[in-house]
Amino acid sequence: MTLPLLIEQTLNGIQLGVMLFLMSAGLTLVFGIMNLINLAHGSLYMLGAFVAASVASLTGYFVVGAIVAVIVTAAAGALLEVALLRRFYRRTHLDQVLVTFGLILVFNEGARQIWGGVPLRFSLPAGLDGSVHLWSGLDYPAFRLVILGVGLVVGLLLYAVIMRTRIGMWVRAGASNRTMAAAMGVNVEMIFIGVFAAGAALAGLAGLMAGPILAVQVGMGEPVLILCLVVTVIGGIGSINGALVAALAIGLIDTFGRVLLSPALGSMAIFVAMAAILAWRPKGLFPVHG
Amino acid sequence: MRHLLLATVFALSSIVSAQAADPIKVGFISTFSGLGGSLGQELLDGFNLGLESTGGQFGGRKVEVVQGDDQAKPDVGRQLADKMVESDHAQIITGVVFSNVMLALAKPSLDAGAFVISANAGLSQYAGKQCNPHYFTVSFQNDTPAEVMGAYLASKGVKKMYIVAPNYPAGKDSLAGFKRGFKGEIVGEVYTTFGQLDYAAELAQIRAAKPDGLYFFLPGGMGINFVKQYAQAGLKADIPLYGPSFSLDQTVLPAMGDAALGAFASNFWSESFQNPTSVKFVMDFEAKYHRIPSPYAAQSYDTARLLDAALKTIGGKIEDKKAFQKALETVKFDTVRGKFRFNTNHYPIQDYYLTEITKNDKGQIVMALRGQMATNSVDTFAEQCQMPSAE
Amino acid sequence: MAKSPLIRDWLPIMLILAVFAAVPSVAQAMGQPFAIKVASRILVFAIAAVGLNLVLGFGGMVSLLHAGLFGVGGYVVGISSYHEFNGEALMLGPVAWGGSGNLLITLPLAALTSAAVASLMGVVSLRTSGSYFIMITLAFNQMLFYLAVSLDRYGGEDGLQMLGTLNLAGFDPSKRLVYFYAALSVLAVVLIFSQRLIGSRFGMVLRATAQNERRVKALGIPPIRYKLAAVAISGAICGLAGGLLAGGTQFISPADMSWVRSGDLIVMCVLGGLGTVWGPVLGAACFLLLELGLSGLTNAWQLPFGLIVIGMAVYLNGGLVGLLRRVRAA
Repeated sequence: MTLPLLIEQTLNGIQLGVMLFLMSAGLTLVFGIMNLINLAHGSLYMLGAFVAASVASLTGYFVVGAIVAVIVTAAAGALLEVALLRRFYRRTHLDQVLVTFGLILVFNEGARQIWGGVPLRFSLPAGLDGSVHLWSGLDYPAFRLVILGVGLVVGLLLYAVIMRTRIGMWVRAGASNRTMAAAMGVNVEMIFIGVFAAGAALAGLAGLMAGPILAVQVGMGEPVLILCLVVTVIGGIGSINGALVAALAIGLIDTFGRVLLSPALGSMAIFVAMAAILAWRPKGLFPVHG
Repeated sequence: MRHLLLATVFALSSIVSAQAADPIKVGFISTFSGLGGSLGQELLDGFNLGLESTGGQFGGRKVEVVQGDDQAKPDVGRQLADKMVESDHAQIITGVVFSNVMLALAKPSLDAGAFVISANAGLSQYAGKQCNPHYFTVSFQNDTPAEVMGAYLASKGVKKMYIVAPNYPAGKDSLAGFKRGFKGEIVGEVYTTFGQLDYAAELAQIRAAKPDGLYFFLPGGMGINFVKQYAQAGLKADIPLYGPSFSLDQTVLPAMGDAALGAFASNFWSESFQNPTSVKFVMDFEAKYHRIPSPYAAQSYDTARLLDAALKTIGGKIEDKKAFQKALETVKFDTVRGKFRFNTNHYPIQDYYLTEITKNDKGQIVMALRGQMATNSVDTFAEQCQMPSAE
Repeated sequence: MAKSPLIRDWLPIMLILAVFAAVPSVAQAMGQPFAIKVASRILVFAIAAVGLNLVLGFGGMVSLLHAGLFGVGGYVVGISSYHEFNGEALMLGPVAWGGSGNLLITLPLAALTSAAVASLMGVVSLRTSGSYFIMITLAFNQMLFYLAVSLDRYGGEDGLQMLGTLNLAGFDPSKRLVYFYAALSVLAVVLIFSQRLIGSRFGMVLRATAQNERRVKALGIPPIRYKLAAVAISGAICGLAGGLLAGGTQFISPADMSWVRSGDLIVMCVLGGLGTVWGPVLGAACFLLLELGLSGLTNAWQLPFGLIVIGMAVYLNGGLVGLLRRVRAA
């Protein structure tokens, strides 16, 4: 492998990692703070991509599609929390798996009824659909650089909000001891709705960012869900920086696994890595206490 | 004695008339949910339109279609086939999208006495050693579109090709077919994970290998992912894309958009065919379903019309299996492909055409006809087939 | 509340087996022989779900590995038959084996192999717990899945079609009644074995571990051994089920091992109810009958199916078994 190629593949690995981080940030937030396994996270991701694709092609503006998609997925998340999922905080993980498994089926078939089975078009605005000349021998797709930027900004923002602001403090308090936090005057109910909506909006954001490079179609959420779960668990459930590190590691392992290993081993690479990491650190790379 | 004779004659004639009155039952098993869901719908819509064009009848008998969703799971498909053959008394099983589902349900359905008419899955097993008197494939054998494209590119003097397919049997068959046809140098042969999302790593390797062209076999969402990312990486200008029709047809083109423009496909049919049957098919399909049909729909449309034509020659008597087999083997019908006949292994002998992905005057992305690539193309497995006679 | 185990456990088991035993004659009488095949399929998945429930319901370990183990069993039966049919010896290290189409040999072999794989993967997985256990078992399931995909000789992703004839103690398992009674006998054995296992000292330690592992440790009992044994036993049962599926359909493919299938098995257990040995049988029947019935009505069957699953999750705390209890209590 030549040096420019090595650099390009490393960049590819990092970019894939950031993409995975975007996809899993919402999941780890909800999983970690509310202790709720939301398998329908992939469905919210799909919803984000579908809404963004249709609004963007209707209005002709990518940005409008993006804004509407984030709002719609946040609203869908809040609605799900209020109408259904809040009953499941105190139930077992298995009941959560059951209800969100049902949600996946409903979302997929619902999307097929609304948008039809044929994959949607989601084009990039001119200017972002080409590639950028980085240095001699290395052109890089412009939109992938945008994904890289958005992912890093989201990571920083999340970290800052949760660790450095009053809202973040309430969230952490509500998560670790609900009754106590409520007694201290924190509106836990509103906080939980807010966190769930934020998690959903993050899933929607990931969907709309992935839409232009991936197929926007019914069932697109499930393969991504698996990757998100892998990232969340390797990083340590509920740990935002853990998710970022894990996502980058998985991105690099997957990229180089595909280039250097046989196809069968390449497909397995991330799962072998995951089993090895969990065998070594059973609570993930950055275990969250409390 | 005379009474007995009369009674027998009467009973026999009532059986015959009951047969003529009984509808022909077709079991349509396909994938309607999950990622492959649009393909099953495409096949079903094509089949229904074909059936409509024959007045809802095969050979003058009413047709009843029972459908089922195999979810792309072989064991679910097998159960559906059992149900349709045993419970619904289906005489024909058709519709299946995926090879693994077909492989699971073909043998038991055939053993139970049904005819299996593949509207899509192009198994090599049944084209060769396992060929069966009651198994017919109306679509194509999986390797052929690739082989034709390989031979065509070699004849045009293309020297270095890079080839990509998912790591599963249909993908490997396709690339093997391409290599049989292409005599130049293969500078890279890559097998990706089935269902892979991101192709950045592979694209970087392709750019570095500097081939004259890229042949890819990536059906469904994988193809959409790949072609979008290929265009965004700026590779399209330097390295032209070549694929079989189903990597670049109307089930994926609307989603690929401009990214697919300029790619080439090898087709046995495309929406730009100008023969009258094809023109009528495309018009009727667009009128009814408000989208351009894909080859999937065309195959399935042909399947229905082929069954009608074959049954017409034997007066609709599907119960006479020997006659029905014979009628299928020698069937002549108005096909959207211009011409069609079955080879000795019950797979098609058909022509292949080169199409280029372009925009039509309505701004739709379509496969425009660019010329013929092969005449009377047959698959290589036919030599291994010694068609047994049905018991 | 505290009823004798005879009424709480053994009576339902006998009832379930009796209902299944009546299926063939009812189906014949109604002229619906296909119902026997549906029942056989339910039996096979019920066996797998009962096996999974040993770790899921009683051991408190949520495993996504079990579709993989199911598939391992299926491939043992498939590969054995493949080698017999093709007359090629299967090389197991230095030992050459001609393969076999005799299910009395290959089914136990399937159970053993799955148990061995389950133990190997269990040793590593049991270092983790809770949600981490779910995910590490998912990783192992995916490894088994991709391993099966890479078996080019045995059909790869397409799957392995068994062309040789199989036999089961002189009978032909592709005959619907033979297959049905074979599956029913295996379910009976598995149910009775599991019920006795849960009632034994082993089962008590396992259940206690699921509730409070620390306390079990404090009693001087090493919980890990019990958990590992439970994983191995449940792996054996799933392997048996997979072998049966492969033997009955003469087909096995990686699609039978996808993690989604593991999820289906879990849903069957939760739908049925985790607290009893027999609950998953109800879950499997409910799941598969709903799937078959709804998919016969509309191609968009996953919409009503999903809504029903959500409804059950909300209102059926404790699964169908819980519902039965409440109906009886009321």
